Amino acid sequence: MNITFNGKAKQLAANTSIQELLDQLRLDCLQVVVEHNRNIVPRQRLAEVILNDGDTLEVIHFVGGG
Amino acid sequence: MDQLIIAGRAFNSRLMVGTGKFASNEEMVASMEGAASEIVTVALRRVDIDNPQDSLLNHIDPKRYLLLPNTSGARDAEEAIRLARLARAAGCEPWVKLEVTPDPYYLLPDPIETLKAAEVLVKEGFIVLPYINADPVLAKHLQEAGTATVMPLGSPIGTNKGVRNRDNIAIIIEQATVPVVVDAGLGAPSHAAEAMEMGADAVLVNTALAVARNPGAMGVAFKKGVEAGREAYLAGLGKQQDCAEASSPLTGFLGA
Repeated sequence: MNITFNGKAKQLAANTSIQELLDQLRLDCLQVVVEHNRNIVPRQRLAEVILNDGDTLEVIHFVGGG
Repeated sequence: MDQLIIAGRAFNSRLMVGTGKFASNEEMVASMEGAASEIVTVALRRVDIDNPQDSLLNHIDPKRYLLLPNTSGARDAEEAIRLARLARAAGCEPWVKLEVTPDPYYLLPDPIETLKAAEVLVKEGFIVLPYINADPVLAKHLQEAGTATVMPLGSPIGTNKGVRNRDNIAIIIEQATVPVVVDAGLGAPSHAAEAMEMGADAVLVNTALAVARNPGAMGVAFKKGVEAGREAYLAGLGKQQDCAEASSPLTGFLGA
């Protein structure tokens, strides 16, 4: 299946949870915040939310800024 | 120095610093330490999975610094609100430097969208520090909407031009019921001192530190500028006048 990850198309195995995807990408869930179809996903729910074909995911982190 | 109080929280430093544009995390940390800041701004962006980077948060001790996420990149109220909510969900305290800059050339803040976003975020329990042009009427609207500060720009972001709108900033300071933080454009410690002498409660500096040959030493220099300006303001500056007024007695000795 395909999702949109940070604005780009990405292929995923079916039944992947957000937490599993973060693990695959070696992203520390404590250092990112995730928006799934425009809804913020609380950290404790990342493992529960299963991605579906066509979903949009934004994974955001802190960077330097003024 | 006397303490700065924002939203009931006391700070010993009146110099906030940004974390953008530094050549390395080590230089960023050196500038924060040199400046002895207690509030540091950060931005939120998409993770780049093709270029994994060391997290900024590995370098900023949350016990020592209050992280102030900004909404930079937001072009309207909706985007700014979205970014503020993301920052809170990321584990930050609900403080936000609200900035809405639809124009990428001068990066001037949009007053209407900023006020709209501020009203929503205040209702959601955020402590809102809005970045604004030096407009005294807008500053009043924002403080009435419940923002914790107002943050007028001295000059556009990153220009290092200093306080180019003194008269309007003076009016904002005169009318403010919340702390006034002069943000953006301060390129030298003398600029920071000038803002503080005028009665600003604090300043925020980023570019001047990040582009310095020695950011740590420049942090120290800005700290001294802020302290000198604050102390001069509290001590009471003399009024400017056009005619000379002798400092030495005009009586006695020669030709009396």
